[in-house]
Amino acid sequence: MKKRQFALSALCLSLIGFAMPASAQKKYDPGASDTEIKIGQTMPYSGPASAYGTIGKVQAAYFKQLNEQGGVNGRKINFISLDDGYSPPKTVEMVRRLVEQDEVLLMMGTLGTPSNTAIHKYMNAKKVPHMFLATGASKWNDPQHFPWTIGFNPNYHSEGKLYAQNILATKPNAKIAVLFQNDDYGKDYFNGFKEGLGAKAASMIVAQASYEVTDPTIDSQIVTLKGSGADTFFNITTPKFAAQAIRKVDEVGWKPTHYLNQVSASVGSVLKPAGLDKAVGLISMLYVKEGSDVRWENDATMKDFKALLKKHAPEVSPDDGNATYGYAVAQMMVQVLKQAGDNLTRENIMKQAANIKDFQIPMALPGVLASTSPTDFALFQTMQLVKFDGKNWIDYGKPASVK
Amino acid sequence: MSNTSSLAPVATALPWIRLILGMGAACALPFFITNYHVFQASLVLCYAIALVGLNILIGYSGQISLGHGAFLAIGAYTTAVLMDKFDMPYWMTIPIAAAVCLAVGFLFGLPALRLEGHYLALATFALAVALPQLLKFKHLEFLTGGVQGIVIMKPESPFETLFGLKLNSDRWLYFFTLTVTVIMFVIGWNLIRGRIGRALIAIRDQPIAAASMGINTPLYKSLAFGVSAMFTGVAGALSAILVAFVAPDSFTVFLSITLMVGMVIGGVTSLPGALYGAIFIQFIPNIADQISKAAPWAIYGVMLILFMYAMPTGIAGALRLLGQKIRPHNA
Amino acid sequence: METFIHQVVAGIATGGVYASLALALVMIYQSTHHINFAQGEIAMFATYMAWTLINAGVSYWLAFVCTILLAFTLGVLIQRIIIQPVEKAPVLNVVVVFIGLLVILNSIAGWVFTYTIKSFPSPFPKEPPFGLHFISSHELGSIGVTLVLLVLLYGFFKFTPLGLAMRASAQNPDSSRLVGIRVGWMLALGWGLAAAIGSVAGMMIAPVVFLEPNMMSGILLYAFAAALVGGIDSPGGAVLGGFIVGILENLLGAYVIGTELKLSVALVLIIVVLTIKPAGLFGKVIVSRV
Repeated sequence: MKKRQFALSALCLSLIGFAMPASAQKKYDPGASDTEIKIGQTMPYSGPASAYGTIGKVQAAYFKQLNEQGGVNGRKINFISLDDGYSPPKTVEMVRRLVEQDEVLLMMGTLGTPSNTAIHKYMNAKKVPHMFLATGASKWNDPQHFPWTIGFNPNYHSEGKLYAQNILATKPNAKIAVLFQNDDYGKDYFNGFKEGLGAKAASMIVAQASYEVTDPTIDSQIVTLKGSGADTFFNITTPKFAAQAIRKVDEVGWKPTHYLNQVSASVGSVLKPAGLDKAVGLISMLYVKEGSDVRWENDATMKDFKALLKKHAPEVSPDDGNATYGYAVAQMMVQVLKQAGDNLTRENIMKQAANIKDFQIPMALPGVLASTSPTDFALFQTMQLVKFDGKNWIDYGKPASVK
Repeated sequence: MSNTSSLAPVATALPWIRLILGMGAACALPFFITNYHVFQASLVLCYAIALVGLNILIGYSGQISLGHGAFLAIGAYTTAVLMDKFDMPYWMTIPIAAAVCLAVGFLFGLPALRLEGHYLALATFALAVALPQLLKFKHLEFLTGGVQGIVIMKPESPFETLFGLKLNSDRWLYFFTLTVTVIMFVIGWNLIRGRIGRALIAIRDQPIAAASMGINTPLYKSLAFGVSAMFTGVAGALSAILVAFVAPDSFTVFLSITLMVGMVIGGVTSLPGALYGAIFIQFIPNIADQISKAAPWAIYGVMLILFMYAMPTGIAGALRLLGQKIRPHNA
Repeated sequence: METFIHQVVAGIATGGVYASLALALVMIYQSTHHINFAQGEIAMFATYMAWTLINAGVSYWLAFVCTILLAFTLGVLIQRIIIQPVEKAPVLNVVVVFIGLLVILNSIAGWVFTYTIKSFPSPFPKEPPFGLHFISSHELGSIGVTLVLLVLLYGFFKFTPLGLAMRASAQNPDSSRLVGIRVGWMLALGWGLAAAIGSVAGMMIAPVVFLEPNMMSGILLYAFAAALVGGIDSPGGAVLGGFIVGILENLLGAYVIGTELKLSVALVLIIVVLTIKPAGLFGKVIVSRV
């Protein structure tokens, strides 16, 4: 009798023992389950920065198609993207709703430096992954104080430094004029640029002018900068003003060596409206593939991208730099989720995000690899300078390492 | 006539009963809803204070302002700077923000009152447009944080529980905001009922007669501006504490326009109207977003227009009309 | 010195942009005694209509004329359907309706046409006039168009019976009705004309600032300021006001205060002008007798 009881209990225990590991492998935090992963986002779909709304639209389309193909590890992505109108108090309200009411697993690609600054402390206090921010401000790479925040864009500060170093190397006696948007993004670039010039900054920068996003034109600023006699121009503007600047520089008959920030390097949404012929010789930086670049005509991911837009977002042009950017971020996100497997706790997601080893995002330029470590959350370690030849951006020099 | 006399005490007690019930509901609210909604409710109260201020200026004083967002900004930044740079406790910053805005509003009102109608609208509009630029000005950066703005520490609740109910940061701040709101509403109510209110209404309706009766028109008009700025400044200060962040981008021209819209929709010259208007501007954009993801602001615009058709005297006015229809007719 | 001249000329060019929209504001004010905050968005929407036509293959001048007619119709429809119910309402209610209209037009434009900038063609030659680099042919041409509009508008209000009827309807609707003027249709006509002028302004502005739904928001404030500085009931004053605002803004930014504060200072100066001359530089001071 006792033997049978013993055998029975041993059988039961061993059965339980077999069953346990299988359920112990699946770990979920709020927002994750067997069937879905909830991802939250705020994007300026209205207001002064509404042109960036394309990013969210493309990402929504990407996830929609991914779900049609089965999702990630069998789970569908429930992507909730809310409008914050580029107003930080609205961002706070929407993010609180996503985290506390909708209970998303993580936030992806929230756009805007002020918007993200407003929720920076909150996300880290609540221990919710604040991932792949759509801003290049330097402060997002701080794993020691803000372990739940990881940026995406290559650092504005470092990019500015890169241009400065290029000028020092190619044109050490240049007279530089700078046009910058009077906000966090513009000043970040400018500060990096000045740092790159080092001690020579004060002597080399002969003129600077700023503008507000609410200004109708920047004609007056260009006239001032030309009048300073500068022969090099660092153009820190967002797409609309970049197009205006490129055209105006040509109109006033000024022919400086023209550096353009990466934010506005899109052929389709900036250079074409400005006039491709006016953009010849422009120097900028690229890390994501351009939709209009002939090099990628037969590229698998570019073909997928164009098909996706046709099917799920026909109003978006494939030449729009925001579209390819959004696609790349979504691809990176999916990679992290794949790496996390069935352990969908927030902690594990961050752990995976902090351990990306030389991943080639299909939509990123070949050779531009994403790498992170627990002490360095900057995704891209190298930047590639490019020059515009009238049709496409051509590689200009070797990829430079940035810190 | 005689059968209504027995209802008379009820009739006079009715508004007080409504008030007490309302206050009771407001105090019980945070314990029945999520923290996120408590946060939203606190924001509604902030807006309500701002709209009372705007009401005093536009409704009772008959002037116009398209730039009150600027005073929200000044109040918010005063609080932010005091808390961040001078380590002042949050509750102490409120009266200071009020005083600063009173002064700035009064000083702005002095020259501005020479302008009327459209011109005053432009002047106030200009103030709202210019202020963000001033906040970003590099020589003031040491104080304002420039384009980066200022991050504030969100205050924690000093008590763990209240009558056995759990108090967290959101709920504590809600009660703090509620207290300030009640104080501001009482001040507003007294002002409107008192000498100043009567003087303002006189100036608004019959400016020449008022002047000939000895009312110092320029002084009262500037005072109205100052007082209205003070209310809005307090609202701004509270919102800074709630959101725990201020930046120039938070105070765009659209904010000023939203305040004015809220005031008209709620009901000009009506204190409860301020509350209705605040609820409108806080929640309708969210509702519009749910109705249409593609063009939510179009829905918002349509609702604005429909509200103006259906309720020309605002929500408060419509409710008042409704109340008159329901109440038994007195001879 | 060259830069100074360049700044002044650039200021005149930008001022031309403000002036053209200011004309539309004056038009709507003279015919309805309201300042329409949605005027910029109507102009922007009309420009998108033109863009759609041009993209569909229609020639520029044909699209130009069609757009003016379409904009006119749009203005009349808006007045008859949306504004007419609140005609007798307090001013603030009307303002809220204008804001509603502004937001609707902006949102629909963003939805249908997206927020990415689009280039808009210019009818003027690409080469700068006389080979100089101070101003582009388009900017010079736009100023010319604005001046032509100004003359037409001035002539219309001063010398035609219809113009007189419109002014009367705005100033004294009740008396006008007694004289037999169809006030309702005068208002609608005013809106139609204002929308038409706005559409021309939009088509002149878009090649400079690039077409996008938020194109007019920055300009509206300056146009508003220009119209008020010049006198809200004076078309010539509004145009002059536009040029003054444009030049002032440029010179302040370049020489006095730097670009970081030029907006604030420009607006302060405008307010100073208004405190000295409350009806604007060329406006008529209304004296009301008790």
